Amino acid sequence: MRNPNEIVADALAAIQASPDLPTLEQVKAGYLGKSGQLTELLKSLGAMPADARKTAGARINEAKQAVEAALKSRRDTLQQAELDRQLAAETLDVTLPGRGLGHGGLHPVSRTLARIQALFRSIGFEVATGPEIETDFYNFTALNIPEDHPARAMHDTFYLRQDDLGGGELLRTHTSPVQVRHMQTHQPPLRIIAPGRVYRCDSDVTHTPMFHQIEGLWVDETVSFADLKGVLADFMRNFFERDDLPVRFRPSFFPFTEPSAEMDIGCVMCGGEGCRVCSHTGWLEVLGCGMVHPNVFKHVDIDTERFVGFAFGLGVERLAMLRYGVDDLRLFFENDLRFLKQFTH
Amino acid sequence: MQFPESWLRSLVNPALDTAQLAHALTMAGLEVEALSPAAPPFNNVVVAEILSAENHPDADRLRVCQVDVGESSPVTIVCGAPNAAAGLKVPCARPGAKLPGFEIKVVKVRGVESFGMLCSTRELGLEGAADGLMVLDADAPVGEDFRNWLNLDDTLITLKLTPNRADCLSMQGLAREVGAITGAEVRLPQIGGVAERIEDMVPMQLSAPEACPRYLARVVRGIDAQASTPRWMAERLERSGIRPLLAPVDITNYVLLELGQPMHAFALSRLNGGIEVRLARAGETLELLDGQVAELAPDMLVIADAGGPVALAGIMGGKPTSVERVTVDVMLEAAFFAPAAIAGRARRLGLSTDSSHRFERGVDFGATRQAMERATQLLLDICGGQAGPITEAVAELPRREPITLRLARLTRVAGIELDADQVARDLAALGMNVERQDDRLVVTPPSFRFDLAIEEDLIEEAVRLFGYDNIPAQPPAAPSRMLPQDETVLADDTLRQMLVDLDYQEVITYSFVDPAWETALDAGARPLLLANPLASQLSAMRTTLWGGLIETLRHNLNRQQERVRIFELGRVYASLAEQPMKLGGLVYGDALPEQWGAPSRRVDFFDLKGDLERLFGHALDARSGAHPALHPGQCAELWAEGQSIGWVGTLHPRLVQAFDLPAAPVLFELGSQVLVQRSLSRHAALSRFPQVRRDLAFVLDVRMPAGELLAALREASAGCVRSIDVFDDYRGKGMPENKKSLAIRVVMQDTERTLTDQEVDEAVQKLVSAARHQCDASLRA
Repeated sequence: MRNPNEIVADALAAIQASPDLPTLEQVKAGYLGKSGQLTELLKSLGAMPADARKTAGARINEAKQAVEAALKSRRDTLQQAELDRQLAAETLDVTLPGRGLGHGGLHPVSRTLARIQALFRSIGFEVATGPEIETDFYNFTALNIPEDHPARAMHDTFYLRQDDLGGGELLRTHTSPVQVRHMQTHQPPLRIIAPGRVYRCDSDVTHTPMFHQIEGLWVDETVSFADLKGVLADFMRNFFERDDLPVRFRPSFFPFTEPSAEMDIGCVMCGGEGCRVCSHTGWLEVLGCGMVHPNVFKHVDIDTERFVGFAFGLGVERLAMLRYGVDDLRLFFENDLRFLKQFTH
Repeated sequence: MQFPESWLRSLVNPALDTAQLAHALTMAGLEVEALSPAAPPFNNVVVAEILSAENHPDADRLRVCQVDVGESSPVTIVCGAPNAAAGLKVPCARPGAKLPGFEIKVVKVRGVESFGMLCSTRELGLEGAADGLMVLDADAPVGEDFRNWLNLDDTLITLKLTPNRADCLSMQGLAREVGAITGAEVRLPQIGGVAERIEDMVPMQLSAPEACPRYLARVVRGIDAQASTPRWMAERLERSGIRPLLAPVDITNYVLLELGQPMHAFALSRLNGGIEVRLARAGETLELLDGQVAELAPDMLVIADAGGPVALAGIMGGKPTSVERVTVDVMLEAAFFAPAAIAGRARRLGLSTDSSHRFERGVDFGATRQAMERATQLLLDICGGQAGPITEAVAELPRREPITLRLARLTRVAGIELDADQVARDLAALGMNVERQDDRLVVTPPSFRFDLAIEEDLIEEAVRLFGYDNIPAQPPAAPSRMLPQDETVLADDTLRQMLVDLDYQEVITYSFVDPAWETALDAGARPLLLANPLASQLSAMRTTLWGGLIETLRHNLNRQQERVRIFELGRVYASLAEQPMKLGGLVYGDALPEQWGAPSRRVDFFDLKGDLERLFGHALDARSGAHPALHPGQCAELWAEGQSIGWVGTLHPRLVQAFDLPAAPVLFELGSQVLVQRSLSRHAALSRFPQVRRDLAFVLDVRMPAGELLAALREASAGCVRSIDVFDDYRGKGMPENKKSLAIRVVMQDTERTLTDQEVDEAVQKLVSAARHQCDASLRA
């Protein structure tokens, strides 16, 4: 019988020399397989006397264990090496850009509208809409702007042709008609904002013939001018995310509100120091507002003794320009992708 | 409205500097739009007289002048102005003077020392003729500070007045307002009656007494119309934006600015008989002062004599009767024309005059006579002559009814309690008659206020004088009720965001488009047309979003943007009643942005259709159809709930050419109403049993739409069939000429048990049979 120690020494050398897993398995078979050297040795035990068989058996088992341990260790090493090779082969250049579609974006006016709506919704304003082709009644008369009133000259109105299709209707000059339509169909208390397109016959560096407004209306038994100031100051500070944004209210005139006010905010471009955007006044006119005129309530049969209301209207493009630093109004409607893509994030 | 600060301060002089005064005006609702200095800053310029002007010994164009600057001896100044001549009074900048842009030093000019500079208007930054020296009046005091002499340390204030404040369209009205705002004392000009020296009266008839309830006329004879307008008056006119012309006209303009009463002076010799204030008659015309011949409408008020209209009342005088340099006798007019009788007429004639601007908004009908006296006095002072008595015709003037202001209502609307006594004092300071009764004020507005009729008007005045800024800004208290959130309706913002996530850029295009786009996209389109478009290419209300989208594509292709994916959510317009919201989109160029990891491929019909399916969240009922703007073979009509909801397709090659595009975009447009309707999700039990998949390849005519085969299969599917989908469309090699093979995946599963082979076979058999019968499709061998 061959000395198990010698066999182990040979086996360990062969195991260590195995370059890969198939070779290692062959080496294993050579020692531990059906007719492997240690297996054969074990088989030869049967021919031994009982006492010698015991000692020899123990030695052979030790040898088997040593070989198996070496096999396992070598297998682990080879498997690890194999994995390392695979991983190395599969390594990507992760700095290359990802695959697939690009990203679209919202128009900055939409984005601003959504932001304004979200802020007002957060204090319970619902969104209402109305038609853009309007009648003289809703756009003017019901808002206390009678025919030939000088205030009509403030609105450069587009009219539709009078023919078999159109009856001389107009394109709404403001979103205020939605107030009237909403009050005709809903009972107070009311809290709405009405976003949308409006139209004025005007086109130059600071005017486009179409732009967007948001109208707001709050009618209840106990709303006051102080509340109006509170809501709008809150809105502007949240819109610009500036708790210290200065605001001021100046008397103004709108036929559908009384008292009427114009709201200014401290210039967000220069911080009130004075710059081109604020015409060096430090203030920006951003919004018109006031307490709903009793004549408007009368047109919609709301009891002016029981209910009070305030309304406001603001230009969306103006707020978008101030928020995002856009210096030319006309960019909004040229739809140059290089411009629009600046607002995708 | 523009005026010099100095004029206002001559009437009311609050202890505020210019900026503070402007702020006070703005915060009282008289918005100061601009403050500009009457002259740019400069100093050390005096009134000087040229004593002699000799040619420079060494320079042809220069003169060496001896100039009296008010000192003991004259100074030598070299001057290049062609009009430098002995005896002229001119501005002279002394050494050390700082002028706009440069500084004056003693210098040698071609060897002659020059002690200062004689100035032109341009060198001082003033308006006026720039060629040569600025020539001053002969009575200018030599040595006097030039700024002081011409009152140049003045500020021009421009107000942006709201249309309700006609009473502030005069210096008198502004002074009154400033007095009320600041508490400063107001000193209005004292106006008395002039002595009547002649007896001429003007026969007068008010034929439209509602439109003109008060008319005053006065004859002044023997004036010198060429008399020069005094410098103080010319200066105030100029600084108010009115160019001095001829003394009598300047005087009426001055009274308009000072008192707010538009006036007119007629050349008496050109008037034919008495005056009638009446409505124009059909067909009448009048040559106006500006040379325009106005065609008068029957709702226009005119001043007429026996020969017809001589002035457009409250708007503009007629040319034939206007005052000229040779005019000796005049008839002055001061009248009250009702706002409703004037409003809009000027605009219809393309006019906007200082007079119509005021009458449209309301002129003080209680001060007509005062204005007449003021104008007469100025005329006599400046042009001489003799005045006759005032002839006045009066009908029913507007009334000023008392208005009740309940103090409780004031508190409720303002949101804060104001001191009743202070409110009463403030309203009185504005010229109102205020009577205090315990819980209310009874207020009668003055004749110059046309904007006070109801309680709210007084509330505004009270709050305005209290100061809007002094009202606290308070967050309102209201019952907290949640807003409804309809889960089965997709919000517009969500829809937009879904498209953005699908790599679309939102655009917003004009609602009015070129009518040519409309007819190009659909020859039968009949868009609503604007009566007064800004331009013909913005004159048709769009009936489709595609025009704007295609134009946006063109705009961007011209700016080297080769891949365009855009959408718009907006209305199209059919009538007042029908202005539906549409969602339109356009894709053009590569399917994916150019990138290393994916092959380049042009976007096509199915890319767009896939995007729409993702938008709807399910397969679409797309049927082939014909749309005039789309490629007839690449065009589908989309259906939902039994109605057509829109179109998707490739732009027709004819239009690709017409719009001059390098390749065809793929477009869609949908009515957004159906698109945003979703059904509420419902849970169904999940099956624990295995699913079975069978792939079936059908051979059928190439013209048979896959949609029809799928519909037939779905119709015939047994209860265990979970889904039926196309996974291949094969034609070409191995297929007969006019045949194609559609590979269909059928997935079957039961919720209660495992399907048997027999059940699966039976289900498949039903499908095969339906395909054969309805679509003439056979299983591929």
